[in-house]
Amino acid sequence: MKFTERLRASACILTGAALAAACGGGEPESAAPADAAGSAPAQADRVVVYSARAEHLIKPIFDRYTEETGVEVAYTTDKEQPLIQRLLAEGENTDADMLLTVDAGNLWYAAEQGVLRPVESQVLEQNIPEHLQDPQNRWFALSVRARTVVYSTERVDPQSLAGYADLADDEWQGRLCLRTSKKVYNQSLVAMLIARHGEERAEEIVRGWVDNLATDVFSNDTKLMEAILAGQCDVGVVNTYYFGRLQKERGTELAMALHWPPGDTGGVHINVSGGGVTKHAPRPEAAVALLEWLSSPAAQEMFAGLNLEFPANPAVAADPLVAAWGEFEASDMPVAQAGELQAAAVKLMDRAGYR
Amino acid sequence: MTATPLAVAVASLFSPDQAVWAHLAEHVLPRVLVNTLWLVLAVSALTAVIGASLAWLTAACEFPGRRFFNWALLLPLAVPGYVLAFALAGLFEYTGTVQTALRGAFGDGAGLPGLGARAASILTLTLALFPYVYLIARHAFATQGVRGLEVAQSVGMTPARGFRRVALPMARPWIAAGVALVAMETLADFGTVSVFNYDTFTTAIYQAWFSLFSLDAALQLASVLVLLVAVAVATERRFRGRARFEAVGSGGGRRRLHLAPRAAWLATGYCSLVFLVAFLLPVLQLVAWTVQTFAAEFDPRYLAFAGRSVFLGLAAALVIVTLALWLAYAVRMRPGPLAAGFARAATLGYAIPGAVLAVGFFVAVVGLGDGITAAARALLGPGTAPVVLTGTVVTLLLAYAARFLAVGHGPVESAMQRIRPSLDDAARGMGVAGLRLLGRVHVPILGTGIATAALLVFVDVMKELPITLMTRPFGWDTLSVRVFQLTSEGHWERASVSALSIVLVGLIPVLLLNRRSG
Repeated sequence: MKFTERLRASACILTGAALAAACGGGEPESAAPADAAGSAPAQADRVVVYSARAEHLIKPIFDRYTEETGVEVAYTTDKEQPLIQRLLAEGENTDADMLLTVDAGNLWYAAEQGVLRPVESQVLEQNIPEHLQDPQNRWFALSVRARTVVYSTERVDPQSLAGYADLADDEWQGRLCLRTSKKVYNQSLVAMLIARHGEERAEEIVRGWVDNLATDVFSNDTKLMEAILAGQCDVGVVNTYYFGRLQKERGTELAMALHWPPGDTGGVHINVSGGGVTKHAPRPEAAVALLEWLSSPAAQEMFAGLNLEFPANPAVAADPLVAAWGEFEASDMPVAQAGELQAAAVKLMDRAGYR
Repeated sequence: MTATPLAVAVASLFSPDQAVWAHLAEHVLPRVLVNTLWLVLAVSALTAVIGASLAWLTAACEFPGRRFFNWALLLPLAVPGYVLAFALAGLFEYTGTVQTALRGAFGDGAGLPGLGARAASILTLTLALFPYVYLIARHAFATQGVRGLEVAQSVGMTPARGFRRVALPMARPWIAAGVALVAMETLADFGTVSVFNYDTFTTAIYQAWFSLFSLDAALQLASVLVLLVAVAVATERRFRGRARFEAVGSGGGRRRLHLAPRAAWLATGYCSLVFLVAFLLPVLQLVAWTVQTFAAEFDPRYLAFAGRSVFLGLAAALVIVTLALWLAYAVRMRPGPLAAGFARAATLGYAIPGAVLAVGFFVAVVGLGDGITAAARALLGPGTAPVVLTGTVVTLLLAYAARFLAVGHGPVESAMQRIRPSLDDAARGMGVAGLRLLGRVHVPILGTGIATAALLVFVDVMKELPITLMTRPFGWDTLSVRVFQLTSEGHWERASVSALSIVLVGLIPVLLLNRRSG
């Protein structure tokens, strides 16, 4: 054993790092950062993922990948911001090859902070449409979620519904339920309003929403829908997969339905979950291979299907339950723009008194 | 150790993020300051009253059910605040079990009046946190020695007056220690208040970081928070002044106060009510959800989750109690502003929101690792593999220590005050000094104080989330991590399997401690 290795081994023992990735695997060469060692081995048998997408939504997919390719996927989960700070702090010593996260705002921020690297891949360009990826190819959407209007079929005539802005009309006085503005989904929704209508008009709309609220804001979409079913309010805004989950639990005969804002009002607000390869990935080829596989039809079906989202790959059909909600016209705003406008949206909601 | 994340936070004060600050100062801070003040003052006052009164009843009085409530009132300790919040909301809000049943029975107009976010947050945090005061104060009442009360009775004081004039003042450092923990925990709370959408200083910190993408502004807000806490702690110390709290005539065999029948049943009713709302009802709600989701959610991995939770809780308890003993001993041996101030600063980590502390700590540890790497490369050549200190159990335990030292320190320090200095002198006279004095003389006397500290640390670590998430080694998911995975996607019913497991595992040390302290 060389002295340097012995030193490293004793450092590992000292720090209790027998469990740490840096000390495991018995492959001291590849533990060095890719920059120092030239290029990482082409046939990495392991890839490391930091994920803000919840474990039960990724584990089955990673298990399948390991089954098909023999490549082990090690992952750790946390909220988006701590993961990004972690990548920043670890710098070139990071062991992470890929960052998976939800919400375009977070993907945009990760790219801004320089923790992701551009990826040139024919496969990804073919599988993921232009508006669902970073203009500089630092991240790619893997699933699409729609945030749309949900209403009580007992108390609301769907003809009276139009776009998000129309929920600010007097007609909805005391009938609207909203989730807290702390949730990033509402922040990117308002960011889209800013992009379409300008800040001044967007603030008017949000003030109108606040005036129309039937009760305090909710801490999650499911509670909001339960309130509509219980008669506390008549109309709300939710991510469609929460609606799908409720349908799965309680049957599709709920006294509640989804409404798709039509194209002339700006269309349906969509957001994404997605991923990118980290800037200092020790195994960048392995990360690209995993990302490409995730965009492939078989994986897409699982990735979106597990959470009743829409696949990012247009060649893949959505889950039958999801498909039954009908076609909709998505907002043409590039999802990356939501990130740029997010801080403005948060401030706007604070000013408008949307808690 | 606590100082590193603190220093990261305080250093950020010198480079304020102007745009974010201006916005927060105008639209956010005025409201959240009022909200936070309300929350901290109300929760502190309520937990002091409820915790101390329950402690007095179970420690010094006799009434039907006392032996049961003596330990049962500790059980809410094992229920994380955010879980309690969600279970109570699941029971009592508009779409909850109770109100839905009322509407079913009496028509659409029936229901309870809405509490509002403030009252709901205050109530839930009070129910979740009063056991801190109860546990520590009960220990005080049980050990404060009989003679004081006997003297009070001999000069003609009624039992109630004796409680107010003698027992309560003598228990003050304990109650204060408990309330200080409660206040800091309340300040740092994010999970509970966000269930009710009640905006506090801590939610503003998270808003600055997660929504406005300004970690700098978040750190600055956190350091303001820490300064406020430091001032509050110093003020409490000043009030306590030079009073001394050694036990007079300690020892068992004390007679309990037998309450008159009416008062005794009132005591039983009061204890039952608290037990019902803080533990039984929410746990029954969790059980109901668990029954619904168990088949889909449970798998053998749960044994590993629980095993890691227990391991981390025990290891952290060991590390932190050792540190707390050492700190308390150092302050005792070298009284003076330096040691005391050092001890104070080391325990401030408890008031910092967990995720902020986690980042501060993480950055510091990575910096240390980089420093060692650079030194190693200079000595051994550029090819030397980097030293990575993060993602190890040791780092995780150190981060817990930075956060929970206050929890271990409080009970140990107040128990240390019970020991008369003359005992130290006597021991020294017999040639027992230094660490042997601590080990041979203090530790045996401190028994229950140490057990209390260990229990509090254990359950707090079991419930802890942000530090565990950020600092855990790969694959080291625990029960609380599992709760997070599911609740972050809104699966509260499924999360009840792991939430209930936390409660069950947390019961074990509570029961052990109870057997020990009788």
